[in-house]
Amino acid sequence: MREMQEEVVFVTGNEAVARAVKLAKPNVIAAYPITPQTEIVEVLARYVESGELRSEYIHVESEHSAMAACIGAASMGARVFTATAAHGFLYMCEMIFWASIARLPIVMANVNRALAPGWNIWAELKDAMAHRDAGWIQFYTASIQEAYDTTLMAFRVAEDRRVMLPTMVNLEGFVLSHVMQPLRLVDEAAYDEFLPPVRIPHALNFERPHTLGTLISPEHNFLVQYDNNKCMRAADDVIAETEREFEKITGRRYRAVMKYRCEDAETLVIAMGTLAREAEVACDSLRDKGEKIGVLRLRQLRPFPKAFAEEVKRLPAERFIIIDRAYSSGYGGILAEEVKARLYDLGIIKEVKSIIAGLGGQDVPHEALEKLFMDKQGGETWYGV
Amino acid sequence: MVEVLGKEEHGGMKAEKREVRGARWLAAVPEDEYVLKGNSACAGCTAMIALRYALKASRATGRKTLLLVGACCMVVCEGVYPNTAYNVPTLDTAFACTASMASGVEAALKSFGRRDVNVIAFAGDGGTVDIGIQALSGAVERGHNFLYVCYDNEAYCNTGMQRSGATPLCARTTTTPSGKREKKKDVPRIIAAHDIPYVATVCPSYPMDLYEKFKKALSIEGPKYIHVLTPCPVSWRFPTSKGIEMGKLAVRTGMWTLYEVEHGVFRLSAPSRRVVLNGDVLPVEKYLRAQGRFNGITDEEVERIQKIVYQELERLKEATARRRLW
Amino acid sequence: MVWSVSAKEAASESDAVRAGTRRVIEIRLHSRGGQGGVTAAKMLAVAAFLEGKYSTASSFYGAERRGAPTVSFTRISDHEIRKYSQIRRPDCVIVMDPTVIDAVDVTEGLKPGGKLLINTENNIDADKFEDYEVYTVNATKISLDFDLKVAGAPVLNVPIVGAVAKMGIVRLDAVRGAILKMFPNEKNVAAAEVAYKMAAML
Repeated sequence: MREMQEEVVFVTGNEAVARAVKLAKPNVIAAYPITPQTEIVEVLARYVESGELRSEYIHVESEHSAMAACIGAASMGARVFTATAAHGFLYMCEMIFWASIARLPIVMANVNRALAPGWNIWAELKDAMAHRDAGWIQFYTASIQEAYDTTLMAFRVAEDRRVMLPTMVNLEGFVLSHVMQPLRLVDEAAYDEFLPPVRIPHALNFERPHTLGTLISPEHNFLVQYDNNKCMRAADDVIAETEREFEKITGRRYRAVMKYRCEDAETLVIAMGTLAREAEVACDSLRDKGEKIGVLRLRQLRPFPKAFAEEVKRLPAERFIIIDRAYSSGYGGILAEEVKARLYDLGIIKEVKSIIAGLGGQDVPHEALEKLFMDKQGGETWYGV
Repeated sequence: MVEVLGKEEHGGMKAEKREVRGARWLAAVPEDEYVLKGNSACAGCTAMIALRYALKASRATGRKTLLLVGACCMVVCEGVYPNTAYNVPTLDTAFACTASMASGVEAALKSFGRRDVNVIAFAGDGGTVDIGIQALSGAVERGHNFLYVCYDNEAYCNTGMQRSGATPLCARTTTTPSGKREKKKDVPRIIAAHDIPYVATVCPSYPMDLYEKFKKALSIEGPKYIHVLTPCPVSWRFPTSKGIEMGKLAVRTGMWTLYEVEHGVFRLSAPSRRVVLNGDVLPVEKYLRAQGRFNGITDEEVERIQKIVYQELERLKEATARRRLW
Repeated sequence: MVWSVSAKEAASESDAVRAGTRRVIEIRLHSRGGQGGVTAAKMLAVAAFLEGKYSTASSFYGAERRGAPTVSFTRISDHEIRKYSQIRRPDCVIVMDPTVIDAVDVTEGLKPGGKLLINTENNIDADKFEDYEVYTVNATKISLDFDLKVAGAPVLNVPIVGAVAKMGIVRLDAVRGAILKMFPNEKNVAAAEVAYKMAAML
């Protein structure tokens, strides 16, 4: 019988994230509870109170203040962490944009949840996807192990001198945050080597006083934004490098684009998060029936990975099915529109089918996906309508 | 500074005695300037006097200064990239969250084990009394070791004088053209009710009082709150050179009271003791009619304000007797 | 309940998924809020995990009012589990509170020949469940006998998972390990072992 060794545990997605944060040893944690993220800040509180984690833990009075406190602390050169979801994310929105323009390597876990009114606490990706323009690096995870691993990598990516940008790790509400799965832990000594001490070059100091965030005129502002974008794009390579380094110490392989049975696929399903995994199950079933279908899971939405274009160009698929768990009203599935734009850039005008599924936590079984995949009609389909 | 005191007309202390004291006091104030020349403040800005002396007081404690500045005149006064007029490390904050950004700064310093920094947050009345009150309340409730300063020009003056919760009754602003219908929100009292170690009200017209209170605040551990009445010549519409005089009128008429609440004990400051306890109070009309922002105010409104002032003075008398603000 | 609606929609025979190397055992637990149904699902998953399997446990999180019917899920596999949707065609259904049977169709989607465990003190009407392999155990009595109570209510999950071991889904030693890991207390282990002995197939 397997001994429950310390190196493998059985925990929820939320606890997995908290364990990763514990390894990263942030100087400051800003904590405000919101379903379905609350367990993250609760577990962190236990770690801090027991002394296992020596962080300053600020019980902020709102999410806006959570991000503000993170910005304050990071401006002094501290490593910081916070977590939120849905309405908390929206409430801190002003400061989300601020953090990126301020070039602060803040790491945040966002437990994706649908938006109100009509309180719906279940999984939907709109909270983060609607803010893909905020200048944060965005990861979308599809298992508890991945949420843990990605949080560990996020600190290193964010703090890399070539990047110096805030980074968010998304995990879907309940389906990942509350589900329990086995988790392989990373050894603390190995992680300490993997993640260098934090050094924020523009942090406030007393030797040479300067100001962060003063007025900036039209002559200079766009240059800041240009710089910001340059580093966001550089992040693509830094992320790939980090993932390769991580693989060396854990044996677990992550790439910006995760392929499942794509090499000879005629149809490619493109998706993010747990629906991509469910799609793999549907894919297996269809393969048994002779369909040449594969799943391309995007782990990274910002920077939009170069790898996506590289893979699509290389792979033989002629038909693309994009699953969206977030919709832009009056326009289309958010991922679908991003992908279509990229395909256009590549000069690929192919058949694209957009499936809108899982909004508001709608349950999407692989059997249903199978049917949707086999429906040769193109255009946009809303599952359940 | 000494000259102004020499022009004292009213009450208790001999002019010459005050002059001597003023000179001695001035000698003790650090000469270093942390608000540099070439800043973008309006001529006659009294808030900058407060900032200058706050930073000098910080210097006098022997510790370093980390300044946070909310979205307010103070940010504009700083200047434009790539220059800044503030010679201390400064973090400019978003509007609603000066106090929570300060919380983050304080926590970072704590995590680094640094105990040699005065964290001082400056925000306007809008950013404190209205949009900033949540963050401020949270920060002081959590007990962060920092000084929060609200400089109060009684409106969103930076953006052209819109009404704030700190705007006094009957004041005309761009959003209350016929006068504000509500009373001024008493934030020092609200913050004092959080039971923090030190709350004080000051005015740059009384620079010794202001400086000493800043120094005292910075010598106390925990959250401190100082509320500065900063008459604004532009928005209140009075001559540029009359800023100091206007502050004195505010205190002399009882429209503004100087006090401290130190570990829960309420104590009036000298200039206000005369007003509250000795009845040495000027009619509010003198104050109101001196400012363009009360143009069009009716006699009834003046009377109403006068009554409210008398009530407030009574309340302060009782508070003095009980040694508690509420 | 979402699952009972869409189960009808999507219940096409997908035997290709069942057959083949990627077999997943799916267990659905019915209980009432406050009875520890979610914990029972977790205990089963931990037991399977201790056996070296990959397992997941979750619940349908709604307004968790005390006393309302609730469902929890456990999946067990030799491989990484990639299904995140709710369980529609369980291999095993566990009913921790028999009164739920009146409120909810507990056997919905249960495969013919699938296993059914009911906590009951009376005899169950066997005809109602003739398509399935039915086990019963008086978990409530066992719980009270061992004085296992939380907030005045009997703790059902410990005897229930003991009974599940009798059904061959997880091993008893793994159940012991899970209990010791989650609620280390000899009384809990003893209760589970008694339930294992007492659980019987109809």
